[in-house]
Amino acid sequence: MRRLIAAALALIALASFAHAKETLTIYTYDGFTSDWGTGPKVKAAFETQCDCTVDFVALPDGVALLNRLKLEGAATKADIVLGIDTNLTAEAEATGLFAPHEVTASGLTVPGGWSDKTFLPFDWGYFAVVFDGDKLKADQFRSLKEFIEKQGPEKIVIEDPRTATPGLGLLLWIKAVYGDQAKDAWEKLKPRILTVTPGWSEAYGLFTKGEAPMVLSYTTSPAYHMIAENTQRYQAFAFAEGHYMQIEVAGMTKSARNKELARRFLAFMISPGFQDLVPETNWMYPAGPISKPLPAAFDRLVKPAKSLIFSSEEVARNRKTWTEEWLAATSR
Amino acid sequence: MTGAASGGIAVVAVVAALTAAAFVPLIGHARAGAPLLDFLTAPYTLRITRFTLLQAGLSTLLSVGFAIPLARALAHQPQFMLRGTLLRLMALPLGLPALVGVLGIVEVFGQRGWVNGLLAAIGLDSRLEIYGLTGILLAHVFFNMPLAARMVLSGLEAIPYESERLSAQLGFTPAQHWRHVEWPAVRQVLPGTLLLVFMLCAASFTIVLTLGGGPSATTLEVAIYQALRFDFDPGQAVVLALLQLLLCASCYLLLGRLGTDIDPGMTLGARARPGSRGSGRRTGDWLLIAMAGAFIALPLVAIVISGLVAGLTLAMPPIVLGAGWFVLALGFEGPFSIAPAAVVAGNALLALPFAVRIIEPAMLGHAQAYDRLVLSLGIKGLTRFRLIDWPVLGRPAGLAAALAMAMSLGDLGIITLFGSEDFLTLPYLLLQRMGTYRTTDAAGLALILGGLCLSLIWTAEWMARPARRSTP
Repeated sequence: MRRLIAAALALIALASFAHAKETLTIYTYDGFTSDWGTGPKVKAAFETQCDCTVDFVALPDGVALLNRLKLEGAATKADIVLGIDTNLTAEAEATGLFAPHEVTASGLTVPGGWSDKTFLPFDWGYFAVVFDGDKLKADQFRSLKEFIEKQGPEKIVIEDPRTATPGLGLLLWIKAVYGDQAKDAWEKLKPRILTVTPGWSEAYGLFTKGEAPMVLSYTTSPAYHMIAENTQRYQAFAFAEGHYMQIEVAGMTKSARNKELARRFLAFMISPGFQDLVPETNWMYPAGPISKPLPAAFDRLVKPAKSLIFSSEEVARNRKTWTEEWLAATSR
Repeated sequence: MTGAASGGIAVVAVVAALTAAAFVPLIGHARAGAPLLDFLTAPYTLRITRFTLLQAGLSTLLSVGFAIPLARALAHQPQFMLRGTLLRLMALPLGLPALVGVLGIVEVFGQRGWVNGLLAAIGLDSRLEIYGLTGILLAHVFFNMPLAARMVLSGLEAIPYESERLSAQLGFTPAQHWRHVEWPAVRQVLPGTLLLVFMLCAASFTIVLTLGGGPSATTLEVAIYQALRFDFDPGQAVVLALLQLLLCASCYLLLGRLGTDIDPGMTLGARARPGSRGSGRRTGDWLLIAMAGAFIALPLVAIVISGLVAGLTLAMPPIVLGAGWFVLALGFEGPFSIAPAAVVAGNALLALPFAVRIIEPAMLGHAQAYDRLVLSLGIKGLTRFRLIDWPVLGRPAGLAAALAMAMSLGDLGIITLFGSEDFLTLPYLLLQRMGTYRTTDAAGLALILGGLCLSLIWTAEWMARPARRSTP
């Protein structure tokens, strides 16, 4: 009995000790917090310097993240929201739930520079058509125009822009290159599309199963296969018009309990302590300074001649119309 | 009978309230002044409604069409080796996340699948192209035909021994046996089976998109997902969910009519107990309509309580259910503290229609046969349940438990809203691994999931095995 009381007291002491520490709650997507992802390492690194506890709440993806925030409103428990991309930042800003970051962001390495006062980038990448080297050669398609207009039996699996970020990426990519002619481009591309999946996982799964020799993914996807699987089989086409970019960002909420702590995290996020982890855990390019060179496999990736991106406002304004245009062109 | 009736009403009320509870908060989030009616009559909505009906209708006919001969064959061969294993395997597709099933189907029937490999090996030039309606139907038959077969089989297994013996004495040909003995039994479970499969196919999402070949294969469920995620327009999502509900309800009414018109067996229960039970049901229906709010108006007369429960919950997209409850939970403790309860409650609701559909036919026949006798002997309450009901209802209850278990095990609708770092399920973890290049991990997890599913099914059926009785 006495032992039981002692144990109970110890537990209470422990609990109150734990309470004495500040908690930083970060909403993010689940790929980030998975045990092989960036999250656990970031948590460990930040906790050693902040005397706080980092709590992750993981959601399926960036879209779910923003929706969760909209559902919760000002009552949200999130101090930091990490993992929405620039296609969503205008909408996120419009919720009025985010506070300015007030972090000096001079060392950022995102192509095109960075001036957003609310959100800070933590990584970025390029969309790309990834192909199976056993079936196709890198010079099969040298531009998006060739890829779309050259007739041929080689099929591609793409993601649905209504449900998946890469799908939206391709939609914007074609819009950026073709402008008003985008609808025609989709009609020409249609015979090449094997199927349109709801998410990246289904598309990539079909691709690695050998159902199609091409898939819409990222220029950095081959790095995973080279580093983790030691194979050169999967590579990306380099398109002459340039590649569409995805920039992933984080921001702090107005309701953050300790704004000072949240700012310290954002500053940490764009420092080498965080950025060094990005290439080999999130398979994207770091958005800030790193203390060691990129892994060798990253040197062998496609380096687009030009980075294409619409502003967040343009995307927010046009997404619906452009998606309807896509539907009309591909539904027939 | 009154006790049972009011119990039924209570259950219906709870289910209806839980379902309505998902809608109401979402309507609160609806955009002010959104032209919902215009949206409802837009060509896009009409087109996807038409496609939903087409693919779900065809999938149902094919699944059940194949299931009947299969179930018949299984009923005729009660002894062969591995029969039990096969039956358990048949509950497995229900427990698999759609993505896993789709990849399995692609492995066999895809561009580079085994079938095409075989065609090429024997020198045939033609190839199997699954992307399009073919793939959707193929996958739906894979997921639903086994379920349908098990339900039809449970109907066939309920054929009384006396009928079989009589048929043998009269020297029935197989065709006559089918016509006079088996068909009436199948007919009993057919409406429920058709309805369940139809609703599962109507609400199909991953399969339809992945194997459909393009956005011309878009169902209502896809639009609901889009409305709730990318567009964040809960008003639109609710309208679409109601539309889906309406489709399934009409399907239910249609099938219910078929059942009552042609098959007197279905209405026998009502004739045997005129009055009390019938009016109890009507009251239940009225209460349900009131509880479920003004969101759906159904003609009441022909509606069986359990059937409507089935219609309500299964036609309810899990994502809408989850999102609604999530908002509701925000008002209280915060969603993560109720996460386990919400996931369990959600899956229970979604599996309820299955359980009802499977147990109901056995229950009706059983009640018809024993109610008077039991009443006259004065056996009541638990004693009645233990001695009279359980020996007969045990088997269907076991089957129902096994299927419900499989379904909840594979759930990806509710967990995605309530899951967090500390509260994960296997399918969710599997999806995570798939989403970060780790396809091998995912394949391993799928195997674990399958194994777990099988052993749970086995346990459920073993626990509900009928007590040994001497053969008459």
